[in-house]
Amino acid sequence: MAAGEPRRVGYLYILPAFLVYAVFLLIPLLHSGWLSLFDWDGLTPGRWIGLGNYAALVDGEGVIAAFGHVAVLLVFFAALPVSIGLVLATALHRFEVRGLAFFRTAFFLPQVVAMVVVAVAWQRIFSPDGALNDVLRAVGLDGLAHAWLGDSSTALLAVGVVGTWVQTGLATVLFLGGIGKIPGELFDAARLDGALARTEFRAVILPALRAEIGVALTLTVIAALRTFDLVYIMTPLGGPGGSTTVPAYEIYHRAFQSGQVGSAAAIGIVITVLAFSITFAITRITGGQRA
Amino acid sequence: MKTSRAERAGTYTVLIVFTLFALYPMAAILVTALRSTELGQGGIHWENFAAAWTEARFGSYLTSSLIVSVAVVVSTVVLSVLAAYAFGTMRFRGRGLLFALLLLGLTVPGEAVVVPLYFDLRDLGLTDTYFSLILPQVAQSVAFGAFWMRTYFASTSRAVVEAARLDGAGHWQTLWRVLLPMGRPALVTLVVLVFMWTWNEFLLARVMITSEALRTAPLGLQFFSGKATTSVSLLAAASVLVALPVVLLYLFLQRHFIRGLVDGSLKG
Repeated sequence: MAAGEPRRVGYLYILPAFLVYAVFLLIPLLHSGWLSLFDWDGLTPGRWIGLGNYAALVDGEGVIAAFGHVAVLLVFFAALPVSIGLVLATALHRFEVRGLAFFRTAFFLPQVVAMVVVAVAWQRIFSPDGALNDVLRAVGLDGLAHAWLGDSSTALLAVGVVGTWVQTGLATVLFLGGIGKIPGELFDAARLDGALARTEFRAVILPALRAEIGVALTLTVIAALRTFDLVYIMTPLGGPGGSTTVPAYEIYHRAFQSGQVGSAAAIGIVITVLAFSITFAITRITGGQRA
Repeated sequence: MKTSRAERAGTYTVLIVFTLFALYPMAAILVTALRSTELGQGGIHWENFAAAWTEARFGSYLTSSLIVSVAVVVSTVVLSVLAAYAFGTMRFRGRGLLFALLLLGLTVPGEAVVVPLYFDLRDLGLTDTYFSLILPQVAQSVAFGAFWMRTYFASTSRAVVEAARLDGAGHWQTLWRVLLPMGRPALVTLVVLVFMWTWNEFLLARVMITSEALRTAPLGLQFFSGKATTSVSLLAAASVLVALPVVLLYLFLQRHFIRGLVDGSLKG
């Protein structure tokens, strides 16, 4: 931290921000922890049950299934975007690509569109008379055409594809920035040795991008863990046969529809703890430059 | 650099395929928005946007979103600048600890606090008001804002501050007349990011808002898409209206979006 000069007035400057932050974020977080210790329907007086809600999460199938779905989504939200992003960023850096600015604008666009709009757009694509089925029928794969979001075996995968669509641009742009910072001599040296694209990737690019890969993984893994809008709108009510329930959906459903406020609060605490652990672990492993 | 012609061709092919993948869903919804609501009628139908605006009430939803977004952006920016100025240029007891406490907010998922927030605000009689959307979102954004602006303030030179002081400026004038004007790029980035987060927010509005008159644009779109009677063209036109403000801002201030989302997370 930059050395500043001693000033008591600093407290006055930070006071308004802290007031709002404490009242509308920190205290609700603590309140969530408190609520998670009660059996409460939101109306009648609650009953203290200690860690009962947490024990029920482990025993009950609903929440385990929701976290299982997140595990599947991780492949689509994190693993695929990071892999594709590495390939695209490397390809874009090998020579002076014409229209680089245009490609970057296009790749990053999905990041700024409201998730609700994204969900509506993709719902159309996956619908029985949507673009995906049109393409399948056009190439003679009529057998595969079906209601992708209405089938419990494909709904979660369809949501996952949208996750890949949203996150790939972020990863690519992050990596492009990282590759830009690699000293040119490293590439020259590798090329003098006659390195192929693949060797160059493994010997120069991958090690240099450790921090960026860490950041991309942190952001995308947490996005998968928190996902709500997309799933809630593309596959209402937890999807066909409950095949697309996710933790945030369970929070919403339990707290506001089925009168299990304590249980919802407990799930909230679990995803908070997970978000902190993931951020901490990935930062440790990739040695990011976080303070 | 030497790269083979085949490699170049391959690279461009891959880039074009991914560009189509990235743009297709948005392009498709734009095309659908311009199609007639009656089956089999051709031509371009701009009137779908007017119908979405009035009959489907998106004029009202977008106004709600604008009110909430402007309120959140202005409050977040003012509170963040004040806090960041102190964290970046002053020394006081507990500064490190207080800043760390604020950084916690960068990682707390909004989904985790929405349940207690609802019951707290219900007790205060604030649910189903704009305040129930504004105050929690300011709290969620101010952590990033203070963190982001602190980086700027910490990078400003002491000499500038000393010079301002010699001219008789106090700490208050130094902030508003000297340091902040120079920090415009950082400030613009903060404004566009907070605007985007607030405009696109859905869960909080879903939980807090019950009156139709207060529905924000994403919430209105969710209700509209859930109605069986909604025509595909009108739904698409409404979707375009909801996405447009942020997309336009992105096309003009692209660098700020990318710098904020990428640098912000790298430095965090």
